Parts: sequence; C-alpha cells; structure tokens
Amino acid sequence: MQSVIQILLVAVQLGLLLALSPFVVGLIRKVKARLQCRRGASLFQPYADLAKLFRKQPVISSTTSWIFTAAPYIVFASTVAAGLLMPVFVSHTPLNFAGNIIALVYLLALGTFFLILAGLDAGSAFGGMGSSREAIIATLAEPAMMLSILAIALTAGSTNLSTIVHQSALMEGVVVAPPAHLMAFAALFIVTLAETGRVPVDNPATHLELTMIHEAMLLEYSGRYLALMEWAAGIKLLVFLTLLVNVFAPWGIATSLTPAAIAVGLLVYLAKVAGLAVIIGVIESMFAKLRLFRVPELLGAAFILSLLALVFFYTLKG
Amino acid sequence: MIVLFAGLLAIYMAGIILPPCFPGRPRIQNLVAHGLAIGAGLVGIALGLVGLLAPEPWTASAESTIPFLSFAIRLDPLASFFVLTISVVGLAASIFALGYVTEFNGRSSLAAMGSLFNGFLLAMTLVVMADNGFFFLIVWELMSLLSYFLVVTEHEKAEVRYAGLFYFIMAHVGTAFIILTFLIFFQDTGSFAFASFRHPDQQLPEGLRSIAFFTALIGFGAKAGIVPLHVWLPYAHPAAPSHVSALMSGVMIKTAIYGLIRVYFDFMGGEFPWWWGFTVLVIGTVSALLGVMYALMEHDLKSLLAYHSVENIGIILLGIGAGMIFHTYGFHELAALGLLAGLYHTINHAAFKALLFLGAGALQFATHTRNIEEYGGLLRRMPWTGAFFLIGAVSIAALPPTNGFVSEWLVFQSLFLSFQLPTLFLKLMLPIAAAMLALTGALALACFAKAFGMSFLALPRSTHARHATEVPLSMRIGMGILAGLCVVLGLAPMLVVPLLDRITAPLTGVAISSQVLALDGWVVAPVTVEFSSISTPVLAMLLVGAGALGLLIARLCGTGLRARYYKTWGCGLNLTPRMEYTATGFAQPIKQVFETIYQPTVKLETEFLEQSKYFIKHQRFEFHIEPLFEKYLYRPVVTFLLATADRLRIIQAGSLHLYLTYIFVTLVLLLLWAG
Repeated sequence: MQSVIQILLVAVQLGLLLALSPFVVGLIRKVKARLQCRRGASLFQPYADLAKLFRKQPVISSTTSWIFTAAPYIVFASTVAAGLLMPVFVSHTPLNFAGNIIALVYLLALGTFFLILAGLDAGSAFGGMGSSREAIIATLAEPAMMLSILAIALTAGSTNLSTIVHQSALMEGVVVAPPAHLMAFAALFIVTLAETGRVPVDNPATHLELTMIHEAMLLEYSGRYLALMEWAAGIKLLVFLTLLVNVFAPWGIATSLTPAAIAVGLLVYLAKVAGLAVIIGVIESMFAKLRLFRVPELLGAAFILSLLALVFFYTLKG
Repeated sequence: MIVLFAGLLAIYMAGIILPPCFPGRPRIQNLVAHGLAIGAGLVGIALGLVGLLAPEPWTASAESTIPFLSFAIRLDPLASFFVLTISVVGLAASIFALGYVTEFNGRSSLAAMGSLFNGFLLAMTLVVMADNGFFFLIVWELMSLLSYFLVVTEHEKAEVRYAGLFYFIMAHVGTAFIILTFLIFFQDTGSFAFASFRHPDQQLPEGLRSIAFFTALIGFGAKAGIVPLHVWLPYAHPAAPSHVSALMSGVMIKTAIYGLIRVYFDFMGGEFPWWWGFTVLVIGTVSALLGVMYALMEHDLKSLLAYHSVENIGIILLGIGAGMIFHTYGFHELAALGLLAGLYHTINHAAFKALLFLGAGALQFATHTRNIEEYGGLLRRMPWTGAFFLIGAVSIAALPPTNGFVSEWLVFQSLFLSFQLPTLFLKLMLPIAAAMLALTGALALACFAKAFGMSFLALPRSTHARHATEVPLSMRIGMGILAGLCVVLGLAPMLVVPLLDRITAPLTGVAISSQVLALDGWVVAPVTVEFSSISTPVLAMLLVGAGALGLLIARLCGTGLRARYYKTWGCGLNLTPRMEYTATGFAQPIKQVFETIYQPTVKLETEFLEQSKYFIKHQRFEFHIEPLFEKYLYRPVVTFLLATADRLRIIQAGSLHLYLTYIFVTLVLLLLWAG
C-alpha cells in the first residue's frame, strides 16, 4: 500500500511538471502582454505550440552528428529527473533519496552541457555564439547558487530538499524570515533569472541575432526536437520557481499524506507558483536586457548576497 | 602474494630486457614490450585487489650492503589501492600502445620506448610499495628519470627538448625537498625504514614537524602539479607520446598524492595543527580554479588536459585538506569522509584523465595535430573515439551519473559539513572553498563543452580532420576499458566505498563504509539519508526513464514522421568551416570576464584603405596569455640564477693553475680549521 502511494505520488508529480510548465510560460507572456496594453495570446497557447511542433516534420542539418538528435532527449530527461528530486506539493518526495540539492543542480548542468554541444553541432555561427554565452552565464551562476543553497541548508541542518522543506514548513509562526534567508532568496532569484534565460540576462522573446542566448542554441531545431527543447526549458523554469517557493515559503505544503492536506498543498502550490510567475512577468516588463558583459556584475552581486547570507547565518545565530 | 609480486617483477623485468633483443624488428618489439606490460597489468590488478582485501599488510625485504638501504616493500591497503590504480591504467595504456606506437615506427626506437615504458610502470609500482626511505627515493628518482626519457621520445623537436628540461628540473627540485623531509625524520629516528618514521617511534618537536610538513608539500606538490609548482605539466604532458601522457597524468602525479597521505596521516600519525589542513585546502582551491581557467584558454588538446590535471589534483587536495581539518578537531568520521572523497577522486581522475589522454592520442594519430582549431566533425569520422571521449568529458565535468560526479559530490559534502567545526573562520572558509569548487566544476563543464564540441562536432576545419579515419582496434579497446571503468565507478559506488574504507579506516581510526552506504548500498549518504544522499543507479534509471518518456511522446504525437536532412542556414551563403565558431571565440567571454587573472596582451593592427577610413584593407589580431606564475615567479628566479652563474664564471677561468691554487687554498683553510 505504502509503495503504491509512493509510486502514485511520483506519477502525479511527473504529470504536474509536464502539464504545468507550458502554463507558466503562457502566464508570463500574458502578464507581459497586458503590461504592454496588448491582449496577448491565450494562456494555453504554449500547449498548442507544443502539440503543433510535435506533429511537424523535423528538418535536421546535414552537418550534424547524433549529438544533435540525442541532445533534446537528454536535456528533457535531465530536467525532468531534476524535477522529480524536489518536493512540489508534498514535503516528502518519494525520490528524494536519489539525490539532494547538489545532485539537482548537477542534473540541470548535464542538460546545459548537451544544450551547449547541440548549439555547436550545426556549425552555424549563431549556435556557437549562443553556446559560448550560455557557458559563461552558467559558469558565473554556479557559485552563487551553491552558496545560497548552503545558506538554506544550514538553517535546516540538511542538504536534503525534503528535509529542508519539511522542517521549514513545520516551523510555526515564522512570519519574518531571518535576514540570511532573505539574502539567499534574492541570490537564488537572480540565479533563476540567469539560468532560465529571462530578462535581464537573456530575452526569451527575441530572435535578434546579437542578443539571443538560449534561442540561438535552438535555432537549428524544428519539429519534435524543438518541442522537447522548449518543453524542457519550461520545466526548468518551473523547477526553479518550485525551489524558490518551497524552500523559502513552504507554508501550506502538505506535510502529511491525508487527502485534505494534499488538496490544500496543491492549491497553495499553484497559487504561489502563479504569483512568482507574475512577478517575473513584471520584472521582464520593467527592465531592459543587460549587455552580456554586465551580466557578471549581476551574478557577482548574487554571489556576494549569498556570501552575506552565510555570514549572517553564523553571526546572528548565536 | 609473494607469487604475484615475483610474477609482477619478472614480467616487468622481461618487458625491460626483451624488446632490445629483436633489433630491426619493430613489430615484434612492439608486441613483446606491450604484451608483457599487459600481462604485468593483469598481475598488478590481482596484486592490488589481494592487498586491499588482505587482513594484514604484507611485507618483504631484502637487505643490501649499503648502509641504511634495505629493499623493503610493504603492501598495506593504501599502497595496494595505488598499485591497483597504476595497473588498471597501465593495462589500458599498454593495449592502446599496441596500435599507437606504430606511428613512431621509423622515427623513434620502439624497443627503447617499450623498455622505458615497462621500466616506468615498474618504478611507479615500486614507489607506492617501498617501505624504506632510501629505497623509496631510488625508485622515485627512477620514475622521474624514465618518464623524462619517455617525454623526450621526439627529441628532434626543440620544444620537446625544452619541455623535457623543464620537467627534469622541476622533478629534481621536488626530489630535493622529499630528501629533506626524509632527512628530518632520519635525524630524529636514525633509520630510513618507514616503520621508524611512524608516529610512536618518531618524536619530532613541533617546529621540525611543521618544516617537514612544508618540505613534503613542496616535494610531492612539485610532482603532483599544485599551483605554483604546476608549470611543468602543460609542457611535459603534450610532449610525451599519448600513452605515456596518460600514465603520467593519470597515475604518476597520483604517486605524489600517495606520498602526501603517507607522510601526513601515516608518519605524522594524523596529529597536526588545523592550519596544515587549511594550507592544503587553500592550495587545493587555488590549483583547482587556476588549473581549469588556464585550461580554458588552451587550444592544444593535450596542454588543455594537462591543466585539467592541475585542477583535479586541486579537487583531490580539497578532499584531503578538509579531512585533515576535521582530523585536527577530532571529527574522525568526517576526516575519513574527506580522505575517502579525495581517494575516490584519485581513482576516478586516473580513469577519465587517462581515457581523455588516450583519446587525444587517437585524435593525434588520425589527424597529426593537437590543435583543437584544426579538428571538427570528427564524431562522424571516428564514432568510437568520439563516444569514448564524450564519456571522459562528461565524467571530468562531474555530471551525473558518472564517476566524477560521485567523488566531487563527496568532496562537496565534506566541505558542507564544516558547520560542525568550532571556529567561525573555518566555518566560513570551507563553504567558500565549496563555492570555488562549484565555479571550478562549471568552468570544467564549459571547457569540455569546448574541447568536445570543437573537436567532434560540426564541420571539419582542416584537411587533416576531413581525411581522418577511425583508429585501429587495439587503441579502441584501450579507451573502451577506461570508459567502462568510468561508468562502473560511477554507477557502483557500493563496490568502491567499502574498498576505500579499508584504506581510510587504519589512517583515521574509524570505518565509515556501513554508515556511508545506506539502503542496501543503493544510496551514498555521508551522514544520514535525511541529511544528504545520492544514488547514481537510481539517477541513471530516472534519466533513462525520462528520456524514454520523451521518445514515447514524440513517437505518439508524430507517428510516421521521418526527419528531412538539409544544410544549415548560413545567411544565404553555403556554410563553410570558416563561419563556425572557433575554440578561441568560444572561450572569449570567459577570457574577458576573468581578465584580471589572465592579463592577456592583445594586439590589433588595422590597415585602412587610403581613400577612406571606413574600409579595412587588412587586419591582424593577436592575443597571448602568459601564465602569471611563469612571468612573475619563475622568470625572475631563472634570470637570477643565470646572472649569478654568469658572475661565478669569473672564478671558473678554465686555467689549470688557478684550479690548483683553489685546491691548495682550500686545503690550507681546512687544515687551519681542523687544527
């Protein structure tokens, strides 16, 4: 019985990740459109896009190797696997034993690695440019991400995501987050923007050759391969949003497996993710994209914030 | 045990003596030399495994007539582990060499290469088994000398001779410091036997212990390639034939790690102040970071790999350094964890770095160049080499579920557990080291995306690359063994951790294997599963499952759709290799962001048309990166030495009468002093 529930939980989590991610993308687009006084496409447009792409005949560059066709599956698989390691609406994820938060970061890095290779494979200068830029941004985001994660892990006394979330969810009456928490949140938020290719680091809506990063790597993709890549990008965004809301604001997440708790957890989770997506949409409308060589300063700030979070944790604790 | 050891010795000796017995028959020389090395590798693997599993260390010795020297060997778990590592890599390199050395036929003597190769392997094996300081130094020196001869195999090239000289000098600076370390011990105990160096017998005062710490760090560090003593690696490793580079980078530099663990944990009895561990940690961090940074700027594939050896030695030292710090404060389980992480990374690095060097050798074999900018499109021409190289690249970039990921994850865990330490300073420094390790990992990812992407993907950038074909079977088998090892080491930590635990348990006093492996060995959990855990087999299954799901969805939605192949959009022009991104271009943003570290000199000469300044007739761009340490540390030293030598030449006039006068004056002075 226990194992059936566990398998069911994994299946629901998998389904939720797959089903919800296009909606988040659509929501951000809608928010941006409304802020620009446009009506914008339907919230469900990304679903239609994916369905269409899956049914299109793919065109593959004749200069490519098997890496090009394998990469979408690897990117998709690594992102989905990362998503299965973290708690979504129930604080105890059945698969959390398979990898802690560092494993999650490295799984996403596996996707990045193959994405970079895919960008290089077609031989066009655009792909190379995107890959080169993705490499530097991923590089600079990594230390900030690791330190902010550590700051959170220290508060919970664990690097296991389920433990972190469960412990902070059980802390009653925590209204004002400690400063260490706030700084780590800010750092991880900046990392999220960088890692998921949002403004001000990258612009997901652009196909202007000199500004694109993520889109440049996908430029030669079409059909089902493009669909998988786009979907994976959406899942990655959802993974980061879930991390942010569950680690820093786990209130309401189901800490037990009663139907009521799960229902509440699910609703609260959806509301929180939607809220964060709206914030990202607003930020995208408020800021311009940074020049590439300004991005290190932003990520450097994230690093300093997470370092400060660590210092605050140790000095304010005693 | 004695049978295995005698067999090992006999096969290697045969491998040294026999190849020159077939003059003028290079094929037979090749077969004999490397065939025997393969046999010795297999025996060595057996010896290492038996030694690791043996309940008691095995010892044997033969006395000599020279005072203080005894040919003593001792096979404890630590030594057995390194014997195993050396033998596995030696086996793969020997199989690879069967095909690879045919390239040198007619240019170099295959007999000499084969003999030296066997001798080098034997010397390395004896280094880790030696149980007497004197004997250790002899085989250590032998190892350095034989590898020097192998480095200068292509001595007709000036840069190879320069690389050889550089290596020769650095190796001897290192040896000098190791001699100093042993002399410090000797002065206290009056014997060169390792048994007497061990803690209860050896009662050095604190000051001398610290001096011995530094001399050992410098001596072994010069061989390991820690920053700033790493400068010889990017010269020597590319110059050597690739199967030798694989051995040098995969295992020879690890003998230095062996030496450090032997001295700090065995001889010093694990009793040291906290700043020893901290020094090792800082050196590890700096080596890891600078190693990978310089690797990114390198376009000679083998130099790039050599710099990555510096990086990985840094990661190993991070684990060992963290272990030392924990040991000082009495956290023996955590000390064992740090040490175990370091040792795990040692064998992992041996596997993937040797694999990558063999891959680089295969590329050189097929294209006759080491310059990444002249590769391209090789995955379609050399599918096997490409696939093996990719496994190596993914492993060294520490991506799950490979072996590099497991050991780097363990290093991360031991750094994260620093919150138990009593001082705030260390509590902050260890996480910063972890952040730097994260940066290192990300840079390594970028570097291998570059190395693999530029070499194997897109269009070939030179005629050499266009005409490349897959390498012979023996070379593929050599790479395949190591690629398989990478996969096994990654997916089966439950087999590796208990073996490593046998090494760390006697050194730290606690066995942690049952604690680290949870849920029937499926999960690696340094403390508890609630604190942190990974399970690479489950991660691999998840990846395969999710990939299959993607495939299923794509199949179901688009039944019967076959992909169409068409050329890449080149903005209306036909795509040529010159339109592709280059390795230099790929690394350019990184160069610009870390400009303060690289300090590149950029030269841009533009010649305009006479009629207008808006039209460029000719443009020339040049940039160089001179590694900081060579510029600010080594160049002044070399200049000073040469200048001093110049000045000393005055007394070396070459006149016999003058020399006789010197002798006379010295004699008089000595007599006066004696009287």
